[in-house]
Amino acid sequence: MSSAIELQNIRCVFNNQKVLWNLNLKISVGETVAIVGESGCGKSVTMKVMMRLLKPNAGALKWFGSDVQSLSIQTQREQRLRLGYLFQGAALFDSLTIYENVAFGLRQIGNYSEQQVQRIVVSRLEEVGLDADIVHKRPSEISGGMQKRVGLARALALSPDVMFYDEPTTGLDPVNSRRIDDLIHSVKEAHGVTGIIVTHDLRTVQRVADRIVMLYPKRKIDGEDSQVIFDGTLADLAASTDVRVKEYVGDELNAKKLSASPPQTATEAA
Amino acid sequence: MITSATHNPITALGRLTQAFFCAFGSLAVFAVQMLASLKRGLPRRHVVVPILYEVGVRSVPVVLITGTFIGMVMAVQTYQQFKMMHMESRLGAIITMTLVSELGPVLAATMLAGRVGSAMAAELGTMRVTEQVHAISALGADPINYLGVPRVLACVTLIPMLTAIADSVGILAGWLFSWQVLGINSHEYWMYTEQFVTGWDVGAGLIKSVFFGCAIAIIACQQGFHCGAGAEGVGRAATQSFVLSFISILGLDFLLTIVLNNTYYLIWPQAVSLATSLSISGAW
Repeated sequence: MSSAIELQNIRCVFNNQKVLWNLNLKISVGETVAIVGESGCGKSVTMKVMMRLLKPNAGALKWFGSDVQSLSIQTQREQRLRLGYLFQGAALFDSLTIYENVAFGLRQIGNYSEQQVQRIVVSRLEEVGLDADIVHKRPSEISGGMQKRVGLARALALSPDVMFYDEPTTGLDPVNSRRIDDLIHSVKEAHGVTGIIVTHDLRTVQRVADRIVMLYPKRKIDGEDSQVIFDGTLADLAASTDVRVKEYVGDELNAKKLSASPPQTATEAA
Repeated sequence: MITSATHNPITALGRLTQAFFCAFGSLAVFAVQMLASLKRGLPRRHVVVPILYEVGVRSVPVVLITGTFIGMVMAVQTYQQFKMMHMESRLGAIITMTLVSELGPVLAATMLAGRVGSAMAAELGTMRVTEQVHAISALGADPINYLGVPRVLACVTLIPMLTAIADSVGILAGWLFSWQVLGINSHEYWMYTEQFVTGWDVGAGLIKSVFFGCAIAIIACQQGFHCGAGAEGVGRAATQSFVLSFISILGLDFLLTIVLNNTYYLIWPQAVSLATSLSISGAW
């Protein structure tokens, strides 16, 4: 299967602290990969490097098989539009209305008439379960769960091929968490979007991920050992004998329960 | 007693020098990035207009107040000195000259740095901390072009107008106070003003203000874009923005005064300035 995103020997160092060291990771087109691991292991940094919001100190990044560094700035910008990003805190623009937030990317491209923009904005908001009557509100006037959904609608407005979800359910109540999980699932089903999720929530992993990658902090690893301590399916995760993996999974959720219970969506739960 | 390397004055001086050049280099790189981002085109009207309103219209009241008081303070301060020399009739010349060439531009710029520059740094810093700057990149836009360029354009284009307002109200307040309170003859006040203050003086003040506006906006944006994490980082960016802007205003004022004075005497070698007419030898 062809790769959507590929990291080769990525190194990221901040203030002399090695956050990512020789990280290799390949995400295939169409799969949904969850990146998990304890705080400070470099999950969010990995995702920002994949999106090229952060430049690594060394290593290569490939988007759809092309080395990003060899692309011109303009081509990089065009290619980046194939990637969508749901930020941890939604990162909606405070000074703009919900409508303007969702329309932002479309207006930046400049290929759409205002009528087309309006049609896409309304359809994306409907897709994430939001009514059109919130379009004139500011981000501060809606709840955290709604902000996340607006953030998702904004990312989906550009019809990306790959979606990055940075801790999508953090800070949300169980109902909203399930709703976001449902949306991630439906985005994959409806649009065939490749998904990369950074999360601590193993229930989200269970519901939406095809593959799980576990990172370990570089500071706790001896020598040149890989930071990827686990790469496999949910069943493999539950059956893993690695102490570090067991410790992480055990803290969050019982491994046997995790492997036994089938994925459940919010609709099914209701 | 052995002084540790960290408390050694030479080491401290070295670190300070290094920090200065790093800050200056970072500003220069940011300014170049901003220029380069202009290749993507000028910002759209709906982005620029609210910033123009914030920078220009909302700065007018504070500029009016400071300009008025500075004009009156100038009148009070210079009256006694000029009276001792029996030159109080020339009060208009000194008040107007000081305002248009120095105090007007510097005060308008200081107000802009305090009111607008700090707010810009805090706003951009908050956007950075809450990942809104990354979101702009993720949505295919250039954050420097979208956020920085409109702010620089707004400051550069509107600061001459704010300076002109500060100059005008300062001159009017100085005249009113001198005429009504200090009893200076109104005709003489304006006659000497006209005699000594030239269009060049007014223009030089306005030219200076353009440089001040550019420096304020670039510093504020750079501090915002590179602010540290959390509320502390945002607060520090706002404070640093004002401090650096103020130092830049004073430094630029000094350099531009030298350059503009030399240019003036290069163009008009026979020109008689207020300084020479008052028998004060010019250092430059």
